[in-house]
Amino acid sequence: MSFEDELSKGQFCIPECMACKKVVWPPSEFCDNCNEKTLLKKGEFEGKIIEFSKQNEDYFCMVDFFNSIRLIAKMTSSPKKDQIVKISKCGMSDGNYFFHII
Amino acid sequence: MSKVGIIAYGTSPFTKEDHKIESMLHKSTNDLFQKNFNINKKEIDAVLVSTNNNSKYLSPILSEMVGIQPKIAHSIESLCNSGTNSIVSAFSYISSGLADMVLVSGAERYDSPGQILEWDNSRGEFKHPIFWASIFSKSYKQKYGISDEQLAIVSVKNYKQAKENPNALSKKTYTVEDIMNSKKLTDDLRLLNCSRPCTGSASIILASEEIAKKYTDIPIWITGIGQKTTSAGFTKNTTLSSMESTKLAGEAALKMANCNISEIDVAEVHDAFAVCEPMALESLGFINPGEGINMIKKLHETNNFMINPRGGLIGSGHPLGATGISQTIEIVQQLQKTAENRQTNNPKMGLIHNMSAAATSSTVLVLEK
Repeated sequence: MSFEDELSKGQFCIPECMACKKVVWPPSEFCDNCNEKTLLKKGEFEGKIIEFSKQNEDYFCMVDFFNSIRLIAKMTSSPKKDQIVKISKCGMSDGNYFFHII
Repeated sequence: MSKVGIIAYGTSPFTKEDHKIESMLHKSTNDLFQKNFNINKKEIDAVLVSTNNNSKYLSPILSEMVGIQPKIAHSIESLCNSGTNSIVSAFSYISSGLADMVLVSGAERYDSPGQILEWDNSRGEFKHPIFWASIFSKSYKQKYGISDEQLAIVSVKNYKQAKENPNALSKKTYTVEDIMNSKKLTDDLRLLNCSRPCTGSASIILASEEIAKKYTDIPIWITGIGQKTTSAGFTKNTTLSSMESTKLAGEAALKMANCNISEIDVAEVHDAFAVCEPMALESLGFINPGEGINMIKKLHETNNFMINPRGGLIGSGHPLGATGISQTIEIVQQLQKTAENRQTNNPKMGLIHNMSAAATSSTVLVLEK
């Protein structure tokens, strides 16, 4: 299963190199460090809000996971910088990723 | 390395009109040849087209439309810094001896597919550039205690300067209050903080020293080039209040030109959004971190056109593939003292900063008389 296959099912996975254990982001079949294959780690990962802004009623936040993965996610309640969050919902819509955090 | 100079230029007005990309390329190239009737088209070895448009084979098409049979003909795409990247390629062809004279023509339509980087899924559902610009703005304002009103000065200055540019998209001036009351896009971005996509074209000819001196008494030499790509995805930016790729590209360009930033008399910087101007000035070393807005305010209050004399991207409009070439033409005009109402005080050295995709890639050029 690829990252996108898992994401389509609502599962956020962390791509990690089988050889050097580097977290590879954006998700890729191969490690950008040692070129070996990556594996997907499943779990409930915690991230930290680095920055955010707001459009209409929703906040969009840059979230960091393991100092390796950064993505922009939607949040409905008021965020704070350095707040620890989890992905509550994710998936793909028209070929685009989406992430919601709480 | 042999010298490479800019010997001719042409441009179209930047508008919201609906024209075919081929027609736009032809407009600025034709303007160039009308202004420089002495140029022998048979001497043009290469034709490079800068665009994000999806139309194919544009360089051979442009070559046929203007009656050139070049040895080298191809397109170059790198989102918003396609224009200066094309100039760097032209420079390389000439300095390597593969060509003596190169036509570089950039064009874009108002509906360019280059406005959104579809690949960057790290942005989630927030792929439009207004989202990275909002994050940059929030971070910059918070780090340096800058208010929205202070940031609005960038747009006020650049709209004012664009009014003196006959080819600019904007013909209006705005007050800080106008900027603050313009449509709210996000909590950290208003409509008048943003450059607008538009239809436009700009063309230049680069030549070797021998050819340049044959055609003009006032060639403008490209003496410094710096380029740096740190990533493609916005979220890989290590800081959100400065531009790492710009800093590194600027240092490389100044080193190649053997000069300091204090020797630069006039500059075009990539103000895709208001916050980008102080961030670029600080990353290039014009001013200390956090002091960019003070510099911009002082320039505005003294009516000094040193930064973005043609009105920047905010005032001129942003036809992606043409922008870097248009910026370069402005610095050529400044150094040749033909910038009319935008003319700065006797500049000898100028700089162009052109970047892509939330400053993940930057190109910096230094030009001299």
